[in-house]
Amino acid sequence: MTTKVLFEKTKVLTDVPFHYCPGCGHGIVHRLVAEVIEEMGLAPTTIGVAPVGCAVFAYDYFNVDMFEAAHGRAPAVATGIKRVQPDKCVFTYQGDGDLASIGTAEIVHAAHRGEKITTIFINNAIYGMTGGQMAPTTLVGQKTTTSPKGRDKDWSGSPIRVAEMLATIEGSAYIERCAVNSNANIIRTKKAIRKAFETQMAGKGFSLIEILSPCPTNWGQSPVEAMKWLEDNMIPYYPLGVMKEV
Amino acid sequence: MAKKLMKGCEAIAEAAVQAGCRCYFGYPITPQTDIPEYLSARMPEVGGVFVQAESEIAAANMVYGAAGAGARVMTSSSSPGISLKQEALSTIAGAELPCVVLNVMRGGPGIGGIAPSQGDYYQATRGGGHGDYRQIVLAPASVQEAADIMYGSFALADKYRMIVMVLADGFIGQMMEPVDLPMGATPEVEKPWAATGWTPESDRPRAVINSLYIKEPDLTKLHERFAARYAEIEANEVRYEAYQLEDAEFVIYAYGTMARICKSAIAILANEGIKVGMVRPITLWPFPTKAVYEAAALDSVKSTLTVEISAGQMFDDVRIGVNGVKPTEFLGYAGSKIPTVDEIVAKIKSMKGVE
Ligand SMILES: Cc1ncc(C[n+]2csc(CCOP(=O)(O)OP(=O)(O)O)c2C)c(N)n1
Ligand code: SF4
Repeated sequence: MTTKVLFEKTKVLTDVPFHYCPGCGHGIVHRLVAEVIEEMGLAPTTIGVAPVGCAVFAYDYFNVDMFEAAHGRAPAVATGIKRVQPDKCVFTYQGDGDLASIGTAEIVHAAHRGEKITTIFINNAIYGMTGGQMAPTTLVGQKTTTSPKGRDKDWSGSPIRVAEMLATIEGSAYIERCAVNSNANIIRTKKAIRKAFETQMAGKGFSLIEILSPCPTNWGQSPVEAMKWLEDNMIPYYPLGVMKEV
Repeated sequence: MAKKLMKGCEAIAEAAVQAGCRCYFGYPITPQTDIPEYLSARMPEVGGVFVQAESEIAAANMVYGAAGAGARVMTSSSSPGISLKQEALSTIAGAELPCVVLNVMRGGPGIGGIAPSQGDYYQATRGGGHGDYRQIVLAPASVQEAADIMYGSFALADKYRMIVMVLADGFIGQMMEPVDLPMGATPEVEKPWAATGWTPESDRPRAVINSLYIKEPDLTKLHERFAARYAEIEANEVRYEAYQLEDAEFVIYAYGTMARICKSAIAILANEGIKVGMVRPITLWPFPTKAVYEAAALDSVKSTLTVEISAGQMFDDVRIGVNGVKPTEFLGYAGSKIPTVDEIVAKIKSMKGVE
């Protein structure tokens, strides 16, 4: 009897088991990014930059040359890498505390300079790694350990829409918001990631894919409830779609 | 080669290019803005990289990225900007990467002033960023020496996979002096650890440029490597100038521009029959502890004087060096008030007990 391989894990992920919680979106997105890198034949020339956040050990998972950046600084680190190796594929992988709070200057100016890098931005509306504090992306009314009565708009402002903001910047070449809450959306996310890497390799400018992603642990929900909460609460505030394409 | 009249900052920048530095990230701040201005024109001429970053935080993190990708890279700033770079410098130290950082010091704390100062000695020699690490610190006393030091810094950084900080003051940066610029790139070293793209077939392990050592034995091992490297540097890289120590009755300890001012005072005192010598540390880390001690211990020497444009920061290291063998006196002010030749002369005379 002959056996047929129906599915094989991408070689752009190492065999190290993910440390992510059950139902976490990080694992899904890692796989999508790695598959795109493999399918585009980019692995030998790819250099990735991991964030500070739950994805801090991404350098153990992506089977390419990797950096670990200080909290929020991945776009600056990626700038340094790309400027000395302009023919390489350089990407950052960042959470919403990392990118939308402590690292806003670095992401805005990477886009502003039109750095030919790709950023994978995980918006889970919370600080995962440090145990569920409010992020700039936390929804109004959402309870976190530093907004115990729910985020108050007058006290803490309204959540920041990163994709829309970066789309206003001239140097941005491709910006899309996706979600990983359903099979259909996961397939769309993978297509978007591919588009972002293609934009970079064509030398068009800065590309970023914002991905709405569940954090069941710090949302205090089961994995299934978290997917539903994302759909019912995050997508209405953070509309999916292409924000910028040149 | 004929000497050329050059401003300190420009001579330093050109020396970096000649040493093979092809990558600069920076942000404007007085009194070192001539460096990014010069390199913004010069780097493209030699196929190099120049980026004016959005902040010193970003500039230093770009240095981290470029250094990890194998480039000869530098950044420069002045005191407030150097404070902002410390996050990345600590990261670079933790990831064992080579780079060169120039600090053209101005008075602090805070925004402080724009006049020359030596107030960042502690920050430079005690690590600056968080964590238990060292950087090599070199302090020039002339434009020529600043160019020579900058030229040699890249090879030094590559050799030890460490940060080399050139600690200059505003005088050195702004002064015009004739310089003989070094020619020819210093030898490149192999960087098999750099992140340049990898496949499982590559003849090196996958690169992970990182300062995170979450498992305790790993962090201890890092510090064991540091300790061995630091011991080697302390044994091989100490530099200082010993000046007119023979028969000296007093020894002055001073570095950078302050040491030049002290030389004028020493000449005046010599005319009046008072013999004063000087030890001028060129490496502030590794500090010339032994030379400092040996000068103080000379039979002819009665006591010592440390002179700084600070409230007495290097003075701590001098006292460790002198180790009680002779008295240690200090002259200096915090901020940018500079001890004058007359004050130095008067201080030595009072130490001798004459008017
Ligand atoms: C300079 C600095 N400040 C704070 C921290 C602590 N810290 C670690 S991760 C994190 C937040 C991460 O949240 P996010 O970027 O949303 O990623 P997630 O964990 O949700 O994936 C913080 C504040 C740090 N490591 N460094
Ligand atoms: S805390 Fe949240 S973001 Fe972090 S691994 Fe767990 S589910 Fe994922």
